[in-house]
Amino acid sequence: MFQWFGKINYSPFTKVGAFADHLKDGRLMGSRCTACGTTSFPPRADCEECMSGDFEFQEISGRAVLHTFTKIVAAPTGFEDVTPYIVGVVDLEEGGRALAWFGETIAEEEIRIGMELQVVPRIFEESEEIKVYYSLDRPGTSWSKV
Amino acid sequence: MKGRVGIIGIGHGVFGRRSDATVQELAFEAFRSALQDAGIERDAVDASVIGSVPEYHKQRSLAGVVQEYLGLNPKPTWLTEVACASGSAAMRTAWMSIKAGVHDVVAVIGCQKMTELSTPEILALMGRVGEVQWESVFGTTFPAYYALFAKRHMHEFGTTREQLIEVAVKNHYYGARNPYALFRKEITLEKALVSEEVATPLQVYDCCANADGAACVILASEERARALSSNTVWLDGMGSATASMSVLRRPNLTGLPSAEAAAAEAYRMAGISAADVKVADVHDCFTIAEIMAYEDLSFCAKGEGGPFIADRQTYIGGKVAVNVDGGLKAKGHPIGATGVSMTCEIAKQLRGEAGERQVPDADVGLTHNVGGIGQYCFVQILRRD
Repeated sequence: MFQWFGKINYSPFTKVGAFADHLKDGRLMGSRCTACGTTSFPPRADCEECMSGDFEFQEISGRAVLHTFTKIVAAPTGFEDVTPYIVGVVDLEEGGRALAWFGETIAEEEIRIGMELQVVPRIFEESEEIKVYYSLDRPGTSWSKV
Repeated sequence: MKGRVGIIGIGHGVFGRRSDATVQELAFEAFRSALQDAGIERDAVDASVIGSVPEYHKQRSLAGVVQEYLGLNPKPTWLTEVACASGSAAMRTAWMSIKAGVHDVVAVIGCQKMTELSTPEILALMGRVGEVQWESVFGTTFPAYYALFAKRHMHEFGTTREQLIEVAVKNHYYGARNPYALFRKEITLEKALVSEEVATPLQVYDCCANADGAACVILASEERARALSSNTVWLDGMGSATASMSVLRRPNLTGLPSAEAAAAEAYRMAGISAADVKVADVHDCFTIAEIMAYEDLSFCAKGEGGPFIADRQTYIGGKVAVNVDGGLKAKGHPIGATGVSMTCEIAKQLRGEAGERQVPDADVGLTHNVGGIGQYCFVQILRRD
Protein backbone atom coordinates (compact mmCIF):
# COMPACT_ATOMS: atom_id res chain seq x y z
CA MET A 1 0.00 0.00 0.00
CA PHE A 2 2.47 2.58 -1.16
CA GLN A 3 -0.16 5.32 -1.02
CA TRP A 4 0.38 5.26 2.76
CA PHE A 5 3.88 6.66 2.27
CA GLY A 6 4.31 10.42 2.68
CA LYS A 7 2.26 13.44 3.65
CA ILE A 8 1.28 13.71 0.00
CA ASN A 9 1.93 10.62 -2.10
CA TYR A 10 2.59 11.18 -5.79
CA SER A 11 3.23 7.58 -6.88
CA PRO A 12 0.76 5.15 -5.24
CA PHE A 13 1.51 2.20 -7.50
CA THR A 14 4.97 0.66 -7.53
CA LYS A 15 6.59 -2.79 -7.52
CA VAL A 16 8.12 -1.92 -4.14
CA GLY A 17 4.75 -0.97 -2.64
CA ALA A 18 5.17 -3.36 0.33
CA PHE A 19 7.85 -0.96 1.61
CA ALA A 20 5.05 1.07 3.19
CA ASP A 21 3.48 -2.01 4.85
CA HIS A 22 6.82 -2.80 6.47
CA LEU A 23 7.28 0.82 7.49
CA LYS A 24 3.86 0.81 9.18
CA ASP A 25 5.07 -2.13 11.27
CA GLY A 26 8.31 -0.39 12.18
CA ARG A 27 10.68 -1.94 9.67
CA LEU A 28 12.86 0.07 7.29
CA MET A 29 13.48 -2.00 4.19
CA GLY A 30 15.99 -1.78 1.38
CA SER A 31 16.01 -4.10 -1.63
CA ARG A 32 18.38 -6.92 -2.51
CA CYS A 33 18.66 -8.38 -6.01
CA THR A 34 18.25 -12.15 -5.69
CA ALA A 35 20.27 -12.70 -8.87
CA CYS A 36 23.47 -10.74 -8.12
CA GLY A 37 23.05 -9.55 -4.54
CA THR A 38 23.18 -5.79 -5.24
CA THR A 39 21.44 -3.87 -2.47
CA SER A 40 19.68 -0.54 -2.73
CA PHE A 41 18.09 2.14 -0.59
CA PRO A 42 15.65 3.48 -1.52
CA PRO A 43 14.55 0.01 -2.68
CA ARG A 44 14.15 -0.73 -6.36
CA ALA A 45 12.47 -3.67 -8.06
CA ASP A 46 14.78 -3.87 -11.05
CA CYS A 47 18.49 -4.30 -10.45
CA GLU A 48 20.56 -1.42 -11.76
CA GLU A 49 23.63 -3.66 -12.05
CA CYS A 50 22.45 -6.93 -13.65
CA MET A 51 18.97 -5.78 -14.74
CA SER A 52 17.24 -8.72 -13.06
CA GLY A 53 13.66 -8.09 -11.98
CA ASP A 54 13.85 -10.48 -9.01
CA PHE A 55 14.32 -8.83 -5.64
CA GLU A 56 13.59 -9.26 -1.97
CA PHE A 57 13.21 -6.76 0.83
CA GLN A 58 16.02 -6.66 3.36
CA GLU A 59 15.73 -4.76 6.62
CA ILE A 60 18.37 -2.09 7.25
CA SER A 61 19.58 -0.72 10.57
CA GLY A 62 18.67 2.91 9.91
CA ARG A 63 22.04 4.02 11.32
CA ALA A 64 23.23 6.97 9.30
CA VAL A 65 25.44 10.05 9.10
CA LEU A 66 24.13 13.47 8.08
CA HIS A 67 25.39 14.46 4.62
CA THR A 68 23.60 17.81 4.23
CA PHE A 69 20.40 19.58 5.32
CA THR A 70 18.21 22.66 4.84
CA LYS A 71 15.34 24.38 6.61
CA ILE A 72 12.54 24.94 4.10
CA VAL A 73 10.75 28.22 4.78
CA ALA A 74 8.95 28.74 1.45
CA ALA A 75 6.83 25.60 1.13
CA PRO A 76 5.07 24.05 -1.86
CA THR A 77 1.31 23.51 -2.10
CA GLY A 78 0.21 20.95 0.49
CA PHE A 79 3.00 21.56 3.00
CA GLU A 80 2.12 25.08 4.21
CA ASP A 81 0.72 23.75 7.51
CA VAL A 82 4.03 22.17 8.59
CA THR A 83 6.29 25.04 7.54
CA PRO A 84 9.08 25.58 8.33
CA TYR A 85 10.54 22.09 8.28
CA ILE A 86 14.10 20.78 8.19
CA VAL A 87 15.04 18.18 5.60
CA GLY A 88 18.25 16.18 5.82
CA VAL A 89 20.05 13.82 3.46
CA VAL A 90 21.85 10.99 5.25
CA ASP A 91 24.39 8.38 4.20
CA LEU A 92 23.12 5.02 5.46
CA GLU A 93 25.45 2.58 7.18
CA GLU A 94 24.52 -0.22 4.74
CA GLY A 95 24.94 2.07 1.71
CA GLY A 96 22.53 4.33 -0.10
CA ARG A 97 20.98 7.54 1.14
CA ALA A 98 17.69 8.73 2.54
CA LEU A 99 16.02 12.13 2.58
CA ALA A 100 13.71 12.87 5.50
CA TRP A 101 12.50 15.35 8.09
CA PHE A 102 14.24 15.74 11.41
CA GLY A 103 12.28 14.31 14.32
CA GLU A 104 11.59 15.86 17.71
CA THR A 105 14.60 14.29 19.46
CA ILE A 106 16.96 16.76 17.79
CA ALA A 107 16.93 20.52 18.27
CA GLU A 108 17.64 22.72 15.29
CA GLU A 109 20.77 24.23 16.91
CA GLU A 110 22.35 20.78 17.32
CA ILE A 111 22.22 19.86 13.64
CA ARG A 112 25.70 19.42 12.13
CA ILE A 113 26.85 17.78 8.91
CA GLY A 114 28.65 14.58 9.92
CA MET A 115 26.50 13.92 13.02
CA GLU A 116 25.24 10.39 13.63
CA LEU A 117 21.51 9.84 13.25
CA GLN A 118 18.88 7.12 13.28
CA VAL A 119 16.28 6.80 10.51
CA VAL A 120 13.07 5.94 12.40
CA PRO A 121 9.76 4.65 10.92
CA ARG A 122 6.86 6.97 11.82
CA ILE A 123 3.10 7.20 11.57
CA PHE A 124 1.31 10.55 11.23
CA GLU A 125 -0.68 10.45 14.47
CA GLU A 126 -2.94 13.38 13.61
CA SER A 127 -4.11 11.83 10.35
CA GLU A 128 -7.30 9.75 10.16
CA GLU A 129 -6.04 7.75 7.20
CA ILE A 130 -2.89 5.69 7.50
CA LYS A 131 0.11 7.82 6.59
CA VAL A 132 3.67 6.69 7.22
CA TYR A 133 7.10 8.24 6.78
CA TYR A 134 10.49 8.12 8.43
CA SER A 135 12.36 10.71 10.44
CA LEU A 136 15.95 11.55 11.33
CA ASP A 137 16.45 11.20 15.07
CA ARG A 138 19.03 10.74 17.81
CA PRO A 139 20.98 7.44 17.58
CA GLY A 140 19.18 4.74 19.52
CA THR A 141 15.71 6.22 19.05
CA SER A 142 13.40 3.28 18.52
CA TRP A 143 10.15 2.93 16.65
CA SER A 144 7.13 2.65 18.85
CA LYS A 145 3.57 2.11 17.80
CA VAL A 146 1.35 4.81 19.27
CA MET B 1 27.60 16.10 -42.62
CA LYS B 2 31.04 17.63 -42.06
CA GLY B 3 30.08 21.31 -42.29
CA ARG B 4 29.62 23.64 -39.35
CA VAL B 5 26.30 25.00 -38.10
CA GLY B 6 26.03 28.76 -37.78
CA ILE B 7 23.88 31.25 -35.90
CA ILE B 8 22.66 33.77 -38.48
CA GLY B 9 19.98 35.56 -36.47
CA ILE B 10 19.10 36.30 -32.85
CA GLY B 11 15.99 37.81 -31.31
CA HIS B 12 15.14 38.48 -27.67
CA GLY B 13 11.99 39.78 -26.01
CA VAL B 14 11.77 41.59 -22.68
CA PHE B 15 11.68 39.16 -19.72
CA GLY B 16 9.36 39.84 -16.81
CA ARG B 17 5.74 39.70 -15.74
CA ARG B 18 4.24 39.89 -19.22
CA SER B 19 0.53 40.21 -18.44
CA ASP B 20 0.24 41.88 -21.84
CA ALA B 21 0.86 38.79 -23.95
CA THR B 22 0.15 35.09 -24.54
CA VAL B 23 3.05 32.69 -24.90
CA GLN B 24 2.68 32.61 -28.70
CA GLU B 25 2.70 36.41 -28.77
CA LEU B 26 5.94 36.37 -26.80
CA ALA B 27 7.36 33.82 -29.25
CA PHE B 28 6.34 36.05 -32.15
CA GLU B 29 8.29 39.04 -30.78
CA ALA B 30 11.48 37.00 -30.57
CA PHE B 31 10.98 35.28 -33.93
CA ARG B 32 10.26 38.53 -35.78
CA SER B 33 13.36 40.22 -34.40
CA ALA B 34 15.52 37.17 -35.20
CA LEU B 35 14.32 37.21 -38.82
CA GLN B 36 15.06 40.94 -39.02
CA ASP B 37 18.46 40.38 -37.46
CA ALA B 38 19.24 37.61 -39.97
CA GLY B 39 17.89 39.69 -42.83
CA ILE B 40 15.89 36.77 -44.19
CA GLU B 41 12.25 36.20 -45.06
CA ARG B 42 10.02 33.83 -43.09
CA ASP B 43 9.84 31.50 -46.13
CA ALA B 44 13.55 30.75 -45.77
CA VAL B 45 12.87 28.87 -42.51
CA ASP B 46 12.57 25.10 -43.08
CA ALA B 47 11.40 24.09 -39.60
CA SER B 48 11.09 25.30 -36.03
CA VAL B 49 11.93 23.69 -32.72
CA ILE B 50 10.19 24.97 -29.60
CA GLY B 51 11.83 24.76 -26.19
CA SER B 52 9.29 25.06 -23.38
CA VAL B 53 8.01 23.26 -20.30
CA PRO B 54 4.36 22.39 -20.99
CA GLU B 55 3.05 22.12 -17.40
CA TYR B 56 3.02 25.90 -16.95
CA HIS B 57 0.63 26.57 -19.82
CA LYS B 58 -3.09 25.96 -20.10
CA GLN B 59 -2.60 25.32 -23.83
CA ARG B 60 -1.64 21.68 -24.38
CA SER B 61 0.83 20.79 -27.14
CA LEU B 62 2.36 24.23 -27.34
CA ALA B 63 4.41 23.83 -30.53
CA GLY B 64 1.25 23.77 -32.63
CA VAL B 65 -0.13 27.09 -31.45
CA VAL B 66 3.26 28.77 -31.73
CA GLN B 67 3.82 27.44 -35.25
CA GLU B 68 0.41 28.73 -36.35
CA TYR B 69 0.89 32.16 -34.79
CA LEU B 70 4.35 32.53 -36.35
CA GLY B 71 2.78 31.74 -39.73
CA LEU B 72 5.06 28.77 -40.30
CA ASN B 73 2.45 26.14 -41.27
CA PRO B 74 2.90 23.68 -42.96
CA LYS B 75 6.62 23.58 -42.05
CA PRO B 76 7.45 20.98 -39.38
CA THR B 77 7.76 21.81 -35.70
CA TRP B 78 8.25 19.92 -32.46
CA LEU B 79 8.67 20.61 -28.76
CA THR B 80 11.62 19.69 -26.56
CA GLU B 81 11.34 19.36 -22.78
CA VAL B 82 14.11 18.81 -20.26
CA ALA B 83 12.95 21.19 -17.50
CA CYS B 84 14.98 24.41 -17.36
CA ALA B 85 17.26 23.22 -20.18
CA SER B 86 14.40 22.85 -22.68
CA GLY B 87 15.72 25.77 -24.74
CA SER B 88 19.15 24.19 -25.15
CA ALA B 89 17.56 20.86 -26.01
CA ALA B 90 15.73 22.70 -28.81
CA MET B 91 19.10 24.13 -29.91
CA ARG B 92 20.63 20.68 -29.92
CA THR B 93 17.86 19.02 -31.94
CA ALA B 94 17.88 21.88 -34.46
CA TRP B 95 21.67 21.55 -34.74
CA MET B 96 21.29 17.77 -35.19
CA SER B 97 18.70 18.21 -37.94
CA ILE B 98 21.07 20.49 -39.85
CA LYS B 99 24.09 18.24 -39.23
CA ALA B 100 22.01 15.34 -40.53
CA GLY B 101 21.30 17.26 -43.73
CA VAL B 102 17.53 17.15 -43.18
CA HIS B 103 17.05 20.92 -42.86
CA ASP B 104 19.16 23.92 -43.90
CA VAL B 105 17.60 26.76 -41.88
CA VAL B 106 15.88 26.15 -38.54
CA ALA B 107 14.30 28.62 -36.09
CA VAL B 108 14.82 27.71 -32.44
CA ILE B 109 12.33 29.37 -30.12
CA GLY B 110 12.45 29.19 -26.34
CA CYS B 111 9.27 30.55 -24.77
CA GLN B 112 7.52 30.35 -21.43
CA LYS B 113 4.76 31.97 -19.43
CA MET B 114 5.10 31.27 -15.73
CA THR B 115 3.46 34.12 -13.88
CA GLU B 116 -0.09 32.89 -14.44
CA LEU B 117 0.61 30.42 -11.61
CA SER B 118 1.08 31.33 -7.92
CA THR B 119 4.46 30.95 -6.22
CA PRO B 120 3.37 27.93 -4.07
CA GLU B 121 2.01 26.24 -7.21
CA ILE B 122 5.33 26.85 -8.97
CA LEU B 123 7.23 25.61 -5.90
CA ALA B 124 5.15 22.43 -5.98
CA LEU B 125 5.61 21.93 -9.74
CA MET B 126 9.34 22.60 -9.61
CA GLY B 127 9.84 20.55 -6.46
CA ARG B 128 8.55 17.59 -8.43
CA VAL B 129 11.53 17.96 -10.77
CA GLY B 130 13.14 16.26 -7.79
CA GLU B 131 12.31 12.57 -7.55
CA VAL B 132 8.68 12.21 -6.45
CA GLN B 133 8.62 8.69 -5.03
CA TRP B 134 11.17 9.16 -2.22
CA GLU B 135 11.84 12.92 -2.03
CA SER B 136 8.83 15.11 -2.91
CA VAL B 137 6.82 13.27 -0.24
CA PHE B 138 8.87 15.31 2.27
CA GLY B 139 7.91 18.64 0.64
CA THR B 140 11.22 19.27 -1.12
CA THR B 141 11.36 22.40 -3.26
CA PHE B 142 13.65 23.52 -6.02
CA PRO B 143 15.49 26.05 -3.83
CA ALA B 144 15.77 23.35 -1.14
CA TYR B 145 17.76 21.09 -3.45
CA TYR B 146 20.23 23.84 -4.23
CA ALA B 147 20.31 24.67 -0.51
CA LEU B 148 21.38 21.05 0.13
CA PHE B 149 24.21 21.54 -2.41
CA ALA B 150 25.15 24.88 -0.82
CA LYS B 151 25.34 23.49 2.73
CA ARG B 152 27.56 20.63 1.62
CA HIS B 153 29.77 22.93 -0.49
CA MET B 154 30.20 25.25 2.49
CA HIS B 155 31.01 22.27 4.72
CA GLU B 156 33.59 20.72 2.39
CA PHE B 157 35.28 23.80 0.96
CA GLY B 158 34.60 26.60 3.40
CA THR B 159 32.49 28.54 0.91
CA THR B 160 30.86 31.47 2.73
CA ARG B 161 27.45 33.18 2.70
CA GLU B 162 29.15 36.34 1.48
CA GLN B 163 30.77 34.52 -1.45
CA LEU B 164 27.38 33.12 -2.49
CA ILE B 165 25.76 36.54 -2.37
CA GLU B 166 28.66 38.09 -4.33
CA VAL B 167 27.31 36.13 -7.32
CA ALA B 168 23.96 37.93 -7.02
CA VAL B 169 25.67 41.31 -6.57
CA LYS B 170 27.63 40.78 -9.81
CA ASN B 171 24.64 39.57 -11.79
CA HIS B 172 22.48 42.48 -10.66
CA TYR B 173 25.32 44.87 -11.53
CA TYR B 174 25.21 43.66 -15.14
CA GLY B 175 21.44 43.13 -15.21
CA ALA B 176 21.05 46.83 -14.45
CA ARG B 177 22.75 47.41 -17.81
CA ASN B 178 20.64 44.94 -19.85
CA PRO B 179 17.46 46.37 -21.43
CA TYR B 180 15.89 42.87 -21.61
CA ALA B 181 16.39 42.09 -17.91
CA LEU B 182 13.60 41.71 -15.34
CA PHE B 183 15.56 43.38 -12.51
CA ARG B 184 17.40 46.41 -13.81
CA LYS B 185 18.86 47.53 -10.50
CA GLU B 186 22.03 46.95 -8.56
CA ILE B 187 21.95 45.38 -5.09
CA THR B 188 24.34 45.53 -2.15
CA LEU B 189 25.80 42.64 -0.21
CA GLU B 190 24.41 44.09 3.02
CA LYS B 191 20.86 44.33 1.71
CA ALA B 192 20.93 40.89 0.11
CA LEU B 193 22.07 39.26 3.36
CA VAL B 194 19.01 40.47 5.25
CA SER B 195 16.48 39.34 2.64
CA GLU B 196 13.87 36.71 3.54
CA GLU B 197 14.90 33.10 4.03
CA VAL B 198 13.76 30.61 1.38
CA ALA B 199 15.61 27.40 2.25
CA THR B 200 18.64 27.86 4.49
CA PRO B 201 21.26 29.07 3.70
CA LEU B 202 19.54 30.51 0.61
CA GLN B 203 17.62 33.78 0.88
CA VAL B 204 15.48 35.61 -1.65
CA TYR B 205 18.51 37.26 -3.25
CA ASP B 206 20.13 33.87 -3.85
CA CYS B 207 17.25 32.84 -6.09
CA CYS B 208 16.37 33.73 -9.66
CA ALA B 209 12.84 34.89 -10.37
CA ASN B 210 10.07 33.17 -12.30
CA ALA B 211 9.35 35.17 -15.44
CA ASP B 212 7.65 35.23 -18.81
CA GLY B 213 9.68 35.61 -21.96
CA ALA B 214 10.94 34.32 -25.27
CA ALA B 215 14.13 34.22 -27.30
CA CYS B 216 14.87 33.01 -30.82
CA VAL B 217 17.97 31.86 -32.68
CA ILE B 218 18.07 31.11 -36.42
CA LEU B 219 20.51 28.33 -37.31
CA ALA B 220 21.79 27.52 -40.78
CA SER B 221 24.06 25.01 -42.45
CA GLU B 222 27.56 26.31 -43.24
CA GLU B 223 26.74 26.72 -46.91
CA ARG B 224 23.51 28.63 -46.28
CA ALA B 225 25.08 30.67 -43.48
CA ARG B 226 27.90 31.84 -45.75
CA ALA B 227 25.37 32.78 -48.43
CA LEU B 228 22.94 34.57 -46.10
CA SER B 229 25.05 36.24 -43.43
CA SER B 230 28.31 38.11 -42.95
CA ASN B 231 28.50 37.91 -39.16
CA THR B 232 27.79 34.26 -38.46
CA VAL B 233 28.70 32.86 -35.05
CA TRP B 234 29.53 29.16 -35.20
CA LEU B 235 28.28 26.42 -32.89
CA ASP B 236 31.55 24.50 -32.66
CA GLY B 237 31.03 22.44 -29.52
CA MET B 238 27.80 20.83 -28.38
CA GLY B 239 27.96 18.81 -25.17
CA SER B 240 25.03 17.12 -23.48
CA ALA B 241 24.83 14.79 -20.50
CA THR B 242 22.62 13.61 -17.66
CA ALA B 243 22.80 12.71 -13.97
CA SER B 244 20.45 10.80 -11.69
CA MET B 245 17.01 12.22 -11.05
CA SER B 246 17.44 11.59 -7.34
CA VAL B 247 19.99 13.39 -5.14
CA LEU B 248 20.14 10.11 -3.22
CA ARG B 249 21.99 8.53 -6.14
CA ARG B 250 24.55 11.24 -6.96
CA PRO B 251 28.29 10.61 -6.43
CA ASN B 252 28.55 13.90 -4.54
CA LEU B 253 26.39 16.91 -3.71
CA THR B 254 28.95 19.63 -4.42
CA GLY B 255 28.71 19.76 -8.20
CA LEU B 256 26.76 18.50 -11.18
CA PRO B 257 28.28 15.46 -12.91
CA SER B 258 26.11 16.18 -15.96
CA ALA B 259 27.75 19.60 -16.32
CA GLU B 260 31.26 18.18 -16.03
CA ALA B 261 30.52 15.59 -18.71
CA ALA B 262 28.75 18.01 -21.06
CA ALA B 263 31.61 20.50 -20.74
CA ALA B 264 34.24 17.85 -21.47
CA GLU B 265 32.36 16.82 -24.62
CA ALA B 266 31.88 20.40 -25.81
CA TYR B 267 35.53 21.38 -25.21
CA ARG B 268 36.72 18.25 -27.03
CA MET B 269 34.40 18.84 -30.01
CA ALA B 270 35.52 22.46 -30.34
CA GLY B 271 39.17 21.59 -29.73
CA ILE B 272 39.56 24.14 -26.95
CA SER B 273 40.05 24.23 -23.19
CA ALA B 274 38.34 26.22 -20.47
CA ALA B 275 41.16 28.79 -20.54
CA ASP B 276 40.16 29.79 -24.10
CA VAL B 277 36.65 30.90 -23.04
CA LYS B 278 36.37 34.70 -22.80
CA VAL B 279 32.69 35.03 -21.98
CA ALA B 280 30.10 32.60 -20.62
CA ASP B 281 26.45 32.47 -19.69
CA VAL B 282 25.98 29.87 -16.95
CA HIS B 283 22.88 28.55 -15.24
CA ASP B 284 22.70 30.63 -12.03
CA CYS B 285 19.20 29.59 -10.97
CA PHE B 286 20.66 30.00 -7.45
CA THR B 287 23.90 31.63 -6.40
CA ILE B 288 25.43 28.27 -5.44
CA ALA B 289 24.66 27.01 -8.95
CA GLU B 290 26.96 29.62 -10.50
CA ILE B 291 29.76 28.72 -8.06
CA MET B 292 29.39 25.03 -8.90
CA ALA B 293 29.34 25.96 -12.62
CA TYR B 294 32.76 27.68 -12.33
CA GLU B 295 34.11 24.40 -10.99
CA ASP B 296 32.21 21.99 -13.27
CA LEU B 297 33.32 23.99 -16.34
CA SER B 298 36.96 24.08 -15.05
CA PHE B 299 37.06 27.89 -14.91
CA CYS B 300 38.62 27.27 -11.48
CA ALA B 301 39.64 24.23 -9.44
CA LYS B 302 37.09 22.19 -7.47
CA GLY B 303 36.18 23.94 -4.26
CA GLU B 304 37.59 27.32 -5.31
CA GLY B 305 34.42 28.78 -6.76
CA GLY B 306 33.81 30.93 -3.69
CA PRO B 307 37.19 32.74 -3.74
CA PHE B 308 36.90 32.94 -7.57
CA ILE B 309 33.86 35.24 -7.34
CA ALA B 310 35.18 37.06 -4.27
CA ASP B 311 38.31 37.93 -6.31
CA ARG B 312 36.02 39.29 -9.07
CA GLN B 313 37.46 36.80 -11.59
CA THR B 314 34.08 36.54 -13.34
CA TYR B 315 33.55 40.28 -13.86
CA ILE B 316 34.59 41.83 -17.18
CA GLY B 317 38.36 42.17 -16.87
CA GLY B 318 38.67 39.00 -14.75
CA LYS B 319 39.71 35.55 -15.93
CA VAL B 320 36.38 34.86 -17.68
CA ALA B 321 33.33 37.14 -17.84
CA VAL B 322 30.30 35.20 -16.56
CA ASN B 323 26.64 36.22 -16.85
CA VAL B 324 27.40 39.78 -17.87
CA ASP B 325 23.80 39.97 -19.15
CA GLY B 326 22.56 39.60 -15.56
CA GLY B 327 22.21 35.83 -15.64
CA LEU B 328 19.02 34.09 -14.63
CA LYS B 329 19.26 36.00 -11.37
CA ALA B 330 18.68 39.50 -12.76
CA LYS B 331 17.44 38.74 -16.27
CA GLY B 332 14.67 36.46 -14.98
CA HIS B 333 14.19 32.76 -15.75
CA PRO B 334 11.33 31.92 -18.12
CA ILE B 335 12.49 28.32 -18.01
CA GLY B 336 11.96 27.28 -21.64
CA ALA B 337 13.41 30.54 -22.98
CA THR B 338 16.54 30.60 -20.84
CA GLY B 339 18.82 28.35 -22.91
CA VAL B 340 18.01 30.19 -26.14
CA SER B 341 18.47 33.52 -24.37
CA MET B 342 21.97 32.40 -23.31
CA THR B 343 22.89 31.56 -26.91
CA CYS B 344 21.54 34.96 -28.09
CA GLU B 345 23.61 36.79 -25.51
CA ILE B 346 26.87 34.98 -26.24
CA ALA B 347 26.37 35.42 -30.01
CA LYS B 348 25.86 39.13 -29.36
CA GLN B 349 29.11 39.25 -27.38
CA LEU B 350 31.05 37.47 -30.14
CA ARG B 351 29.61 39.90 -32.70
CA GLY B 352 30.82 42.79 -30.53
CA GLU B 353 27.30 44.16 -30.08
CA ALA B 354 26.94 44.03 -26.28
CA GLY B 355 27.41 47.76 -25.72
CA GLU B 356 28.59 48.74 -22.25
CA ARG B 357 28.57 45.05 -21.25
CA GLN B 358 30.92 44.10 -24.11
CA VAL B 359 33.78 41.76 -23.18
CA PRO B 360 36.93 42.91 -25.02
CA ASP B 361 38.29 40.51 -27.67
CA ALA B 362 35.50 37.98 -27.15
CA ASP B 363 36.20 35.31 -29.77
CA VAL B 364 35.17 32.16 -27.90
CA GLY B 365 32.05 31.95 -25.74
CA LEU B 366 30.20 29.28 -23.78
CA THR B 367 26.68 28.55 -22.60
CA HIS B 368 25.86 26.19 -19.73
CA ASN B 369 22.17 25.39 -19.35
CA VAL B 370 21.04 23.05 -16.58
CA GLY B 371 17.74 21.19 -16.46
CA GLY B 372 16.20 20.48 -13.07
CA ILE B 373 18.78 19.97 -10.35
CA GLY B 374 21.40 18.83 -12.85
CA GLN B 375 19.53 15.86 -14.27
CA TYR B 376 20.26 17.41 -17.65
CA CYS B 377 23.02 19.73 -18.82
CA PHE B 378 23.86 21.25 -22.19
CA VAL B 379 27.09 23.11 -22.90
CA GLN B 380 27.67 25.01 -26.15
CA ILE B 381 30.93 26.50 -27.44
CA LEU B 382 30.39 29.44 -29.78
CA ARG B 383 33.13 30.92 -31.93
CA ARG B 384 33.43 33.67 -34.50
CA ASP B 385 35.66 33.47 -37.57
